[in-house]
Amino acid sequence: MADTTTYYPGLEPTNEPSVQTSDDAAGYYTLGDKLVDPKAPTGQIEQRWTTRKFENRLVNPANRRKLDIIIVGTGLAGGAAAATLGEAGYNVKSFCYQDSPRRAHSIAAQGGINASKNYKSDGDSDYRLFYDTVKGGDFRARESNVYRLAEVSTNIIDQCVAQGVPFAREYGGLLDNRSFGGVLVSRTFYARGQTGQQLLLGAYQAMERQVAAGTVEAFTRHEMLDLILVDGRARGIVARNMVTGEIETHLADVVVLATGGYGNVFYLSTNAMGSNVMAAWRAHRKGAYMANPCYTQIHPTCIPVTGAHQSKLTLMSESLRNDGRVWVPKKAEDCDKDPRDIPVEDRDYFLERMYPSYGNLVTRDIASRAAKYMCDDGRGVGPQVEEKQKDGTTTLMRRGVYLDLADAIARLGRDKVEEKYDNLLDMYQRITGEDPYQVPMRIYPAVHYVMGGLWVDYELQSNITGLFVTGEANFSDHGANRLGASALMQGLADGYFVLPNTIADYLADGPFEKLDDSHPAVQEALTSVTERVDQLMSINGERSVESIHKELGHIMWEYCGMERTKEGLTEAIGLIRELKKEFWTNVKVLGSADSLNQDLEKANRVADFIELGELMCIDALNRRESCGGHFRGESQTEDGEALRHDDEFAYVAAWEWGGEDGSPVLHKEDLIYTATKMKARSYK
Amino acid sequence: MNLTLKIWRQASSSAPGGIHTYQLGGVSEDMSFLEMLDLLNEELVTKGEEPVAFDSDCREGICGMCSLMINGQAHGPEVTTTCQLHMRSFKDGDTITIEPWRASTFPVIKDLIVDRSAFDRIIQSGGYISANTGSAPEANSVPAPRDKAMHAFNAATCIGCGACVAACPNGSASLFMGAKITHLGDLPQGQPERYSRVVGMVAQHDHEGFGGCTNIGECTAACPKGIPLDVISQLNKDLRTAMVHGF
Amino acid sequence: MAASGIVFVLFVLVHMYGNLKAFSGEVAFNEYAHHLRIFGEPMLPENGLLWIIRIVLLVSLVAHVGSAVALMRRARAQRPVKYQVKRNNASSLSSRTMRWGGLTLFVFLIWHLLNFTIVKINPAGDQSADITENPYRLMVSSFDLWWMTLIYLVAMLALGFHLHHGTYSALQTLGWVNSASARAKAKIAGWVIAIVIAGGFSLVPLAVLFGVID
Ligand SMILES: Cc1cc2nc3c(=O)[nH]c(=O)nc-3n(C[C@H](O)[C@H](O)[C@H](O)COP(=O)(O)OP(=O)(O)OC[C@H]3O[C@@H](n4cnc5c(N)ncnc54)[C@H](O)[C@@H]3O)c2cc1C
Ligand code: HEM
Ligand code: SF4
Ligand code: FES
Repeated sequence: MADTTTYYPGLEPTNEPSVQTSDDAAGYYTLGDKLVDPKAPTGQIEQRWTTRKFENRLVNPANRRKLDIIIVGTGLAGGAAAATLGEAGYNVKSFCYQDSPRRAHSIAAQGGINASKNYKSDGDSDYRLFYDTVKGGDFRARESNVYRLAEVSTNIIDQCVAQGVPFAREYGGLLDNRSFGGVLVSRTFYARGQTGQQLLLGAYQAMERQVAAGTVEAFTRHEMLDLILVDGRARGIVARNMVTGEIETHLADVVVLATGGYGNVFYLSTNAMGSNVMAAWRAHRKGAYMANPCYTQIHPTCIPVTGAHQSKLTLMSESLRNDGRVWVPKKAEDCDKDPRDIPVEDRDYFLERMYPSYGNLVTRDIASRAAKYMCDDGRGVGPQVEEKQKDGTTTLMRRGVYLDLADAIARLGRDKVEEKYDNLLDMYQRITGEDPYQVPMRIYPAVHYVMGGLWVDYELQSNITGLFVTGEANFSDHGANRLGASALMQGLADGYFVLPNTIADYLADGPFEKLDDSHPAVQEALTSVTERVDQLMSINGERSVESIHKELGHIMWEYCGMERTKEGLTEAIGLIRELKKEFWTNVKVLGSADSLNQDLEKANRVADFIELGELMCIDALNRRESCGGHFRGESQTEDGEALRHDDEFAYVAAWEWGGEDGSPVLHKEDLIYTATKMKARSYK
Repeated sequence: MNLTLKIWRQASSSAPGGIHTYQLGGVSEDMSFLEMLDLLNEELVTKGEEPVAFDSDCREGICGMCSLMINGQAHGPEVTTTCQLHMRSFKDGDTITIEPWRASTFPVIKDLIVDRSAFDRIIQSGGYISANTGSAPEANSVPAPRDKAMHAFNAATCIGCGACVAACPNGSASLFMGAKITHLGDLPQGQPERYSRVVGMVAQHDHEGFGGCTNIGECTAACPKGIPLDVISQLNKDLRTAMVHGF
Repeated sequence: MAASGIVFVLFVLVHMYGNLKAFSGEVAFNEYAHHLRIFGEPMLPENGLLWIIRIVLLVSLVAHVGSAVALMRRARAQRPVKYQVKRNNASSLSSRTMRWGGLTLFVFLIWHLLNFTIVKINPAGDQSADITENPYRLMVSSFDLWWMTLIYLVAMLALGFHLHHGTYSALQTLGWVNSASARAKAKIAGWVIAIVIAGGFSLVPLAVLFGVID
């Protein structure tokens, strides 16, 4: 096709653009124009980023002070960017909904961060990291972005060490690495089970240093409720001061969203209570495309649900899979026995059985689904919990599989295991009341990460001019499935190294026309936000926000979770539409809008989750293939493995808001590989 | 189980506050403490009463957002955060008194929520290593002894929750400060700013109005991350060296 | 605080050692008292050393009480609204009674000086110079009274408490307690200093009361 050759001159594409023949989502969407990344780089893959960095324009240091940048989010992506842009001398305004930038949910990442340092001399390289990431993502990511990520990964480690991030070290004082799900090299840097915390504190401290220097202004307990567009350009945000309730406008030359993932659309997830989609969704409603919203990562090693009161799920780092062996009883009647009394021959180490070469280290989606099947098969372990069936009846199911450290303890000794996983195992014990050194841990998959997010070009700019999106909030680098320890890498790559370069090219045209609050576009955004808040406060119905969120989560988990079908998704869309009506007519928000009001905060977030949920289902319905975290029941091999359809779906699905009553518009961006070739994933 | 909850309610920072008593049934021991409060709030909303405001975010003991003085103990009876405290630590019929952190430097915003921005300002006054992005040398070019690095890591696990201040009869933030000073001071990268860091942070600490440390030790007992008093000694030592050398 | 506290500790250590001379009899004790006054002569004038010590102690006292008041004020300002319920989980009783204990010591100190140093009041009533100018006699006649001994013992209890935490606390304040083993040692030091000093001081009045010394 002509398009492809224009964008990859001199390079041989290894695949043809796909042509979709199925149309499961017919009637739910409108097909729009094809989408092409206007900033896609050209040339040999190793040179693309270097060339781009050189070609991008710079901003004169003396002018930087005159340029205002709004960064929403203080996680790895936002915090690192705020620090770096502050150091460069721009005027940065940083926002987060927590009481301190240090609390962004990046803090919760446990396992580690990848980098192609090849310190273990086990054959790692930028290319291998690139290849593993593209392959792990089931060939649904842009190759140029992924290569760049691999390339800057090593700089990230250097930067973090210089900031004082206390990574694990070997006896000689050099940095230690471990291996992580889905790859055969040891390239993961870690700080016990608290890598995200340490990386975030590094970025946070760098950012606070800039606050002291006066280049960054931090607005904590501020929630972005809308994006301000002036003449089609992103020029600011409307935010609610969560302490006073005041609705404020903040204006700038450019807006960056680094607002994290939206896994909480499932109600239960490993995300923080406050994680939300509002910032991204408001931008989407103003025209930004939402890409691949259905790509959800379900993490295999979380602590199982104990009852209806559950407010969130807790991850047990998958690094545990390095040393733990996953099993269920071979016989259903053994499921309520003390696991220590089940002899080895009666145990089914199902991952080792099904995937002999990767064993317990298969990718997350595979491990998760396998656990689900074991439990569906009646061989789950742990307490029985009530489960609502599709026909409305309830049954009792055990939702858990064992993750057994006994062999590792025997092999390495308790001390060594303790040193490696100490805090994780403590946490497990605290939550479950069981001692993991004695009894095998119980785990079950839970929603953990979303690969979908706002569509961005190679320079991390969305289709709205002047709106950049970084970190988990964008869609760009992980395709249909993210490898372990790669989100931290992406967040920091975006924040420290990519955005600071690409945003300069954009700002080289600035400063843009000075604005003040009286501008009609600003007033309009302000009015619409105020109206929405007033509306939420005045519905005064019967149902708590929480109960509606729970119901949404249930629909999403049931029909848009680990296994999705046409029938289920269609049903889900209907249910969500009803729920949306229920919300806007029957929700109850107490208190007042002009003071701290957590109910109102939640209501704002849930309203957007409902709309997002619908789009996720439509996207999942359209994508009649199984790839990465997205598994369609209709698309599997005879032995139940995910079946991809590159001929139909090798594209990024970028959805445009279709209006309150319209249907979303699908723009397809073809994925063409030149530096590698699409292959079926195999972890057998 | 059934519980009697005595909770501090306060509409805003300027409004007067007081203890309100609630009865709550249907609490299971698998619930976390905050899920127990969620349950109370759900009941309050149904009755048309405003829910109790309290902070939490990650609910896995790492972000430091949750707080609460539970029966006179910061984060409750176990060595963990409130969000990781589970109801199996209580029994049927218990009366639980829940109050916000009490310190002038942490003013109450609403009910159980306080403003801890003073901690950010302490970090701003020196709790970092100045290393501009892009200026870093190759990571393995500066080895750090393993035990030192582990020691630094242990101090770096502070989550900035403020329990140390809440538990301290003096309302001192020395444990929080000492943790950062020890973390950065233990690493080779932290040496150049070691002494200016401690002077800057202590000055800000005192300026904010945190109390002086008299080595009582309630902080470390309340600390969910078990930060030891050693870090305060380290702080004192660095401060003494800094003063001797005229920083 | 730590510096002045340590000056006190050193002083009370020497002071206690001196007091124990009481067991060696009237002559030795009075000689020691006299010796204190002429120590360093002719390099120092009579009472020179004593004055140096007195000045150092006075300065320390001002610094010590001054810092104590400042600490107390900061703590008060930090917690204007008290907890309805507050549990102490780890702190020793001695650490929590530093302020009351310090005040007790201060009051005692004034009485103690009136008693033995400045006015030389003999609580037994006989104010003749035989007694007031004879340190040994003054001491014996004071401690023959049971309530004088009691006051003294209460003060020593307060001193023991103050030193138990004070010693440990001073080591921590000086930055010498940077590991778990150093902490264990510092705590032991607190116990040892407290018991040795408070115990050592208490021996003399008890001995007088029970007639071992007369
Ligand atoms: C439990 C857990 C463990 C993980 N472990 C790993 C791991 O080991 N390795 C790995 O690579 N990845 C891991 N991940 C994934 C990784 O941590 C995240 O994807 C990544 O940290 C996201 O960073 P971020 O900067 O994009 O967003 P976040 O860190 O989530 O930050 C979002 C920021 O946006 C702000 N924000 C959001 N909405 C608004 C709004 N409306 N207004 C104002 N501010 C807003 C928030 O306040 C916050 O500051 C893990 C994730 C979880 C949940
Ligand atoms: C005049 C009466 C006194 C008062 C009012 C007083 C009061 C105090 C107070 C309030 C403290 C601080 C609390 C703390 O560190 O926990 C303190 C500390 C201390 N005091 Fe006293 N005290 C007095 C006399 C003494 C005496 C007579 C000694 C020695 C024998 C002494 C030795 C110490 C020591 C070593 C400390 C610890 C210093 C530190 O931690 O830095 N004090 N005192
Ligand atoms: S030192 Fe401990 S108690 Fe204090 S803020 Fe840090 S984690 Fe919380
Ligand atoms: S809510 Fe994050 S530590 Fe408790």
